[in-house]
Amino acid sequence: MEKKLYTVIIYSENIAGMLNQVTAEFTRRQMNIETLNVSSSAIDGVHRYTVSLWADEDIIRKSVKSIEKKIDVLKADYYTEDEIFVQEVALYKISTPVLLVNKQVSKIIRHNNARVIEVNSNYSVVEQTGKTETIMKLYKEFVAEQCLLQFVKSGHVAVTRNANENLSEHIFDEDAKRKVK
Amino acid sequence: MKEIISGGEALLRSLKNEGVDTIFGYPGGSIMPVFDAMYDHRDDFHQVVVRHEQGAVHAAQGYARSSGKVGVCIVTSGPGATNTLTGISDAILDSTPVVVIAGQVSSAVLGTDAFQEIDLVGVTQPISKWSYQIRRAEDVAWAVSRAFYIARSGRPGPVVLDFTKNAQVAQIAYEPVTVDYVRSYVPYPKPNMDAIKEAAELINRARRPFALVGQGVELGEAHEELKAFLEKANIPAARTLLGLSALPSDYPLNVGMLGMHGNLSCNVNTNQCDVLIAIGMRFSDRVTGNLATYAKQAKVIHLDIDRVEIDKNVKADIPVIGNCKETLPLITELLQPADHKEWIDSFADYDAVEYEKVIAKALNPGKGPLKMGEVARKVSEASNNSAVLVTDVGQNQMLSCRYFKYTKPHSVLTSGGLGTMGYGLPAAIGATMGVPERTVCVFMGDGGFQMNIQELGTIMEQKSPVKMILLNNNYLGNVRQWQELFFNNRYSCTPMLNADYCMIAKAYGIPSRLVVDRSEIDDAIKEMLETPGAFLLHVAVEEEDNVMPMVPPGASICDMIFE
Repeated sequence: MEKKLYTVIIYSENIAGMLNQVTAEFTRRQMNIETLNVSSSAIDGVHRYTVSLWADEDIIRKSVKSIEKKIDVLKADYYTEDEIFVQEVALYKISTPVLLVNKQVSKIIRHNNARVIEVNSNYSVVEQTGKTETIMKLYKEFVAEQCLLQFVKSGHVAVTRNANENLSEHIFDEDAKRKVK
Repeated sequence: MKEIISGGEALLRSLKNEGVDTIFGYPGGSIMPVFDAMYDHRDDFHQVVVRHEQGAVHAAQGYARSSGKVGVCIVTSGPGATNTLTGISDAILDSTPVVVIAGQVSSAVLGTDAFQEIDLVGVTQPISKWSYQIRRAEDVAWAVSRAFYIARSGRPGPVVLDFTKNAQVAQIAYEPVTVDYVRSYVPYPKPNMDAIKEAAELINRARRPFALVGQGVELGEAHEELKAFLEKANIPAARTLLGLSALPSDYPLNVGMLGMHGNLSCNVNTNQCDVLIAIGMRFSDRVTGNLATYAKQAKVIHLDIDRVEIDKNVKADIPVIGNCKETLPLITELLQPADHKEWIDSFADYDAVEYEKVIAKALNPGKGPLKMGEVARKVSEASNNSAVLVTDVGQNQMLSCRYFKYTKPHSVLTSGGLGTMGYGLPAAIGATMGVPERTVCVFMGDGGFQMNIQELGTIMEQKSPVKMILLNNNYLGNVRQWQELFFNNRYSCTPMLNADYCMIAKAYGIPSRLVVDRSEIDDAIKEMLETPGAFLLHVAVEEEDNVMPMVPPGASICDMIFE
């Protein structure tokens, strides 16, 4: 089967050890995680994981089902790129002395619509948000000007095209009725 | 006012609250406060001290699978905990509800490589249904109840509680807790009526429907529902290894056993049927053989409580997710009576071939050394075909499962998924406590018997009435068979120089008898069954006998070999 880049979105209770359980399901099926983002979600006490990886659909479907089966995982789904909005955030630490003497560097920042969020005499920090290609384009341009000191990007953060958090409503209805975890 | 008690005492009260009556355990440093509290609960729990922690889990598994209740074991941290890992793995693969409670070092020293500290939660997460560390005495009641709820509900499985020493000794105001809901967990999915209808329509149109019955029927206590389903439309049914006692052996629509060492008729007709109805089974590779050629002609209906099993190995045309106790009657209601006589008769033709080529020789060899199959059948018949069969792993397992007969549910305790040598003896001990009213017969080979032979000590101490049948061929027989068939007779590391096992039994005060000659076997079996308490029947069987028929590894399920 053909491998595609999938984005997996998982919601879990905020309990220690959940991340291990999630990644273990990919590891045992020999998948490498491309990007991983974990944070609190819009729902109190619920964590959200955004994982991107290359896989064929059969494997990703089985992995995601196994993840959702874990106790304390509320929901797990997988999406192809056209089913979600994906963005990444990147920070570029560049040399201020180069920025000052090489006019090309500030031109690159303007042309790419990047933001400068810190400037001091040693270095400046530039922030860029966008698709991976946008971020990597800016990276390559800084490298070409030999001004890049450090670089980091966040990995995929994604929202689905649905209106709400993609958690089945009944979980919370039932929850409200029971008022227990 | 709530009573102030220790975390260890809270554990025992919580266990009592869950209906626990038997605990298999082994004490040690990090679990001492719990064992100290157990001293005051000697009347509340049957406390079984095993001789090795692996024995504790397998005994808890045997207790659970024979009785349908949750098996419990309590062990110490570090080596005590790691010794349970094989049993936990066995329980996750065979869907057995057990709760393993292990001591852990105090939370103040967690992560410092303290004496007998291991990251048990980290180690057991991939092999358990739920694994949780209790670090505060306040959490004991909740964690224990949640553990039991998770272990026994839905598709059952093992749960691990890692109990730090500080939480065992801390004093708390105890209040019982009952967990019967976890918001992220749907143990009993609601049946989808569209799928039920589609399944019934497909079966109604089928000319050669074939039901594959797994342990799900036993776990869901759906025996009567299954029979009603099969009888309404005269659907022949074959059972997996773990589902063997889901239907009585002599039930007219029961056509045999599936899989690598199953019956020829069942395996061949898997690739002849037009509708395959899998009920509470997971299409293990031991059942399917080569997936590329497995039942390609058939439409597949898959009934399972666990949606992860759907499409995992075999693509289901109609998945019916839910408890088969609930989904089977819904389908049955929509079935039209049918006859399927010609189709059912087709099984008998293959049975005749198998009888002539294999079964007659296995059961009535007439001369030469005793064979495992004939011993198993004789033990079964001498116990009115109503004993609980426990097996170890290997040839003893396949042959006793093939030739034992079943009249009651929950009559087969065997390590299916993990294939754990050493499972049999401790599991049989657990079974004698899970169903004390039943006769428990365990078949073992000379390899597996020695893997947990120390549990003879538990049998001695507990006076467990385990009927042990040691089928001794002086080989690791199943591996030797594969060496003969697929490795050019190169018997690498499979011959066994054996001890005098009757002498070992004697040292534990267990009566025994060695049988070499066929003329003695009936009398010896009678002696074993009539002797009160434990008995070791040590049978010298043919050394280089093979389990047949067989689906060679990688072959299609319908291509069985006979020699």
